[in-house]
Amino acid sequence: MLSKRIIACLDVRDGHVVKGVNFEQLRTAGDPAELAARYNAEGIDELVILDITATLERRRALADTIRSVARELFIPLAVGGGIRTEADAEAAVEAGADKVSLNTAALADPSLITTLARRYGSQAVIVAVDAKRDGDGFAVYARSGQATANRDAVDWAREAEDRGAGEILLTSIDRDGTKVGFDCVLTADVSRAVSIPVIASGGAGTLDHFVEVFTRGCADAALAASIFHYAETSARGLKEHLRQRGIPVRL
Amino acid sequence: MPIALIDYGAGNLTSVRKAFAAVGADLFVPATPAEVDDATAVVVPGVGHFGATRALGEEWVSTILARVGEGRPLLGICLGMQWLFEGSEEAPDCAGLGLMAGQCYRLRPSTSSGPRTPDGVERRIKIPHVGWNAIELRRDASLVDGVPSGAQVYFTHSFVAPVTGDAVAVSEHGEPFAAIVQRGHVAGVQFHPEKSGEVGLTILRNFVELAG
Repeated sequence: MLSKRIIACLDVRDGHVVKGVNFEQLRTAGDPAELAARYNAEGIDELVILDITATLERRRALADTIRSVARELFIPLAVGGGIRTEADAEAAVEAGADKVSLNTAALADPSLITTLARRYGSQAVIVAVDAKRDGDGFAVYARSGQATANRDAVDWAREAEDRGAGEILLTSIDRDGTKVGFDCVLTADVSRAVSIPVIASGGAGTLDHFVEVFTRGCADAALAASIFHYAETSARGLKEHLRQRGIPVRL
Repeated sequence: MPIALIDYGAGNLTSVRKAFAAVGADLFVPATPAEVDDATAVVVPGVGHFGATRALGEEWVSTILARVGEGRPLLGICLGMQWLFEGSEEAPDCAGLGLMAGQCYRLRPSTSSGPRTPDGVERRIKIPHVGWNAIELRRDASLVDGVPSGAQVYFTHSFVAPVTGDAVAVSEHGEPFAAIVQRGHVAGVQFHPEKSGEVGLTILRNFVELAG
């Protein structure tokens, strides 16, 4: 049986790993290459580098960060946050990214998904969907949660799949950094609506939150940042817990 | 001991080169088919569409087949492994190398939400098959020296090769499919050894030894 993946996320700003709450209040959590090596040794299944650098000049450092993280890493590496054009994707792939994650740029120009899927294959294209509860549904937000995209999360995930996305990285803005648990309703709604894998993100605080998102939430993978950065748990500890609860994992 | 890494525009070669470098092998990317003559072995990587192999053309194909005919080892990775077979329903008008018998075909997704395991995990089959899955060894082969049955490796694909006598290891995603094939010095892996941690590096090391 296909294992449920545990993915560690490195939110990188100006070459350092940082983490916030509800997409704000950032604090520093360490060097990306050092953290990546530690997670790899602990048996993480995949890594995501999310570049949250504000300015274009500083963003050039992203390729260096990707290279330093990828150097000794033999597991999949995804990069997102600063991918706005085909050239940005090319720079990330050449630096060592296996997948690029599109968010605001895909909302502004959905044909970018198809362009990159044709060039690198769908397996290399993740569409990141940042969603917030809105009545009975979930609304998509762009620009790091700053602007409403006037899209329904389920509809947008379906469209992304149709346009060639290979995976959906689904983040609950309401839960991001809160440690109160993943939004399992959001995750299950999107996961059931598409046939590509859905990575759940936002809200991981305890080991049982991961059990919930893999059962009730129907997630194919789960992503977390703070829970690993501050060594509250290791990937191995988490996976041992999941295995005891009957969730298929790689140990 | 130069090993040729064939570039036909299907995906990025960086991570394959990096992983081979980690096991002490230096790969070169031949610019013309003639440059393959110098290679002790050939690696065909690849992600994407079976039709992408068309970019290689007759001259590359005949050169690769000639080197293989002389006994030089060949490793196909992912799409590169499917190319070892006769063809694929992904691109019916595009022939494979025909070094192994059989046609590649698409995995079938389960349509609605699947039944759940006793622990509440939905058994739905999503396509593409993305992630870490176990490989069960069917027989001994040099490529899997030191690899335990049940080891997990990283897959990302929608099409598969059939389980035939060439299958060394089998994985399953709704149905069984060939995860590793080997016949003499011709071998293929459906997963990405360059992204499969220590297990993947062991397999690459075994191929480098085969290449001498």
